[in-house]
Amino acid sequence: MIISVASGKGGTGKTTVATSMALALQACDHVTFLDCDVEEPNGHIFLNPEFTETENIYIEVPKIDPGKCNLCGRCAEVCAFNALLVAGEAVITFPELCHGCGGCRYFCPVGAISPEPKQIGTVERGVAGRLAFVRGRLEVGAALSPPLVDAVRKNRGPGGITIVDAPPGTSCPVIHSVRGTDFCLLVTEPTPFGLNDLDLAVQMVRSLGVPCGVLINRAREGWGIIEKYCRQEGITVMMKIPLSQEIAEAYSRGVSLAKFDRGWNDAFKQLYREIGGLVANERSHCNQR
Amino acid sequence: MKEVTVISGKGGTGKTSITGSFAVLAQNHVLVDCDVDAANLHLLLDPEIQVRKNFWGMPKVEIDPQKCTGCGLCEELCRFGAVKQGRVDQMSCEGCRVCYHACPEGAVRLVENLAGEWFISRTRYGPFVHARLGVAQDNSGKLVAEVRRQARSLAEREGRELIITDGPPGIGCPVISALGGTDLALVVVEPTLSSIHDLVRVIRLAEHFGVKTAVCINKWDINPRNSRTVEIMCRDMDIPLIGRVGYDPAVIAAAMERKPVVQVMSAVVDDIVSLWHCVERQLGI
Repeated sequence: MIISVASGKGGTGKTTVATSMALALQACDHVTFLDCDVEEPNGHIFLNPEFTETENIYIEVPKIDPGKCNLCGRCAEVCAFNALLVAGEAVITFPELCHGCGGCRYFCPVGAISPEPKQIGTVERGVAGRLAFVRGRLEVGAALSPPLVDAVRKNRGPGGITIVDAPPGTSCPVIHSVRGTDFCLLVTEPTPFGLNDLDLAVQMVRSLGVPCGVLINRAREGWGIIEKYCRQEGITVMMKIPLSQEIAEAYSRGVSLAKFDRGWNDAFKQLYREIGGLVANERSHCNQR
Repeated sequence: MKEVTVISGKGGTGKTSITGSFAVLAQNHVLVDCDVDAANLHLLLDPEIQVRKNFWGMPKVEIDPQKCTGCGLCEELCRFGAVKQGRVDQMSCEGCRVCYHACPEGAVRLVENLAGEWFISRTRYGPFVHARLGVAQDNSGKLVAEVRRQARSLAEREGRELIITDGPPGIGCPVISALGGTDLALVVVEPTLSSIHDLVRVIRLAEHFGVKTAVCINKWDINPRNSRTVEIMCRDMDIPLIGRVGYDPAVIAAAMERKPVVQVMSAVVDDIVSLWHCVERQLGI
């Protein structure tokens, strides 16, 4: 089972929820935690893993052989990302714009372009207690995070439970984190910001065909805007975490909810069982259709 | 013309609440929301949309089954695994067009890609340029660039001297697009280990692109010890720490009423006003 934790809005508590669920479930099954927020990974702060291996992730950018290049301009013409430019007597490349599609090299009529690896980040693997822990870290200054997210996603354990901590937002890096997961837990807060971004996230998750449920963080009596939205949309509110100074303070020190309070540990196990139920339900519906 | 861009690395540290208050405090400015895939500033500014334009992203590709001979060249060349058995998976397609250029039968065609919308609005705090990226779309960096271009030309047309930009979280493509050529990146950090970790990365990013940076600590009193750490870090990195905003539940209450914080009674109003004066000094206005 692969569960992604996403949110739309940043800072709603994705990492708190993802790490708490991982900690709670490690007693029952083999759990792999994938930190796919490669721009700003934070899972390690709460799980304190020991890293045992590091893999550098590269994309292939063009390298021009000036001896062979006849300045025909075909490479610049086919590049959809404006990563090559014929300027006077040379072809200039902009590796930070390159998506690594290999088009320039394939179409170069004189074979003047060879692939040159450009590091976009690292994937680090390790263990945190009984958890397998994997995170991606984007190089500062690299723009392109989706290939790195994909590289992290490849690290799902054999069987067991995989928990994917997604980045905020609703665009490419989030899509690469959420697609192909069995369930997406959307973490939000009962503010107009939280609601607005939850709606965007729900549309995104639905377009990917991934079943979802909502977790309301910093919930307060009488602030029912998220529940109302979920009723209208037919989405299950799976859990609420109350607005609490103590929880916020524990978070600021890097203490996860499941470690902070034993009761939460059980609540996250229960949450996992309910997710399992929803996923099984969804599958039987699909089979009937 | 000057531009200040509010960023954070980690999301949810208070970028939009602070930008919304700057909107009230500044004068003769244009407001911009560059967090195009989860925009929120409009929720505080109550905009009245005056101009609404389509944003065309990179074209997607489609394979014409009538022309396709099934040679498999497109599938072989696609680095993104987006072509399978003569069909294009739009979610995986990167828009590189290698298949389009390579197909010997001309069976791959380009399809226009409506990737979102951008808007110019009036608000009681001044003109506002914002956008909405389509569901599950890429191209966020391009849309950020478009929104900023529109804001600049609007500022020039109306003789406005200042652009206030709400930036996206993270350090990737939309942030890089939001930072290029700005006069000041104001990083909003909160005193949590996560936010502090992300602060370092976002400061290095701004440095990488040669953007002047200043830091402010939001909700500093939630963990004064961590706030002290931020102060020391800023001093060591030689980055000016230009403000400390306290924690007050009134900030959330203001957001619930869709109002910028400085328009409600709160202990943090003074903090934000003095932060704004420091931003003005940093910008030299």
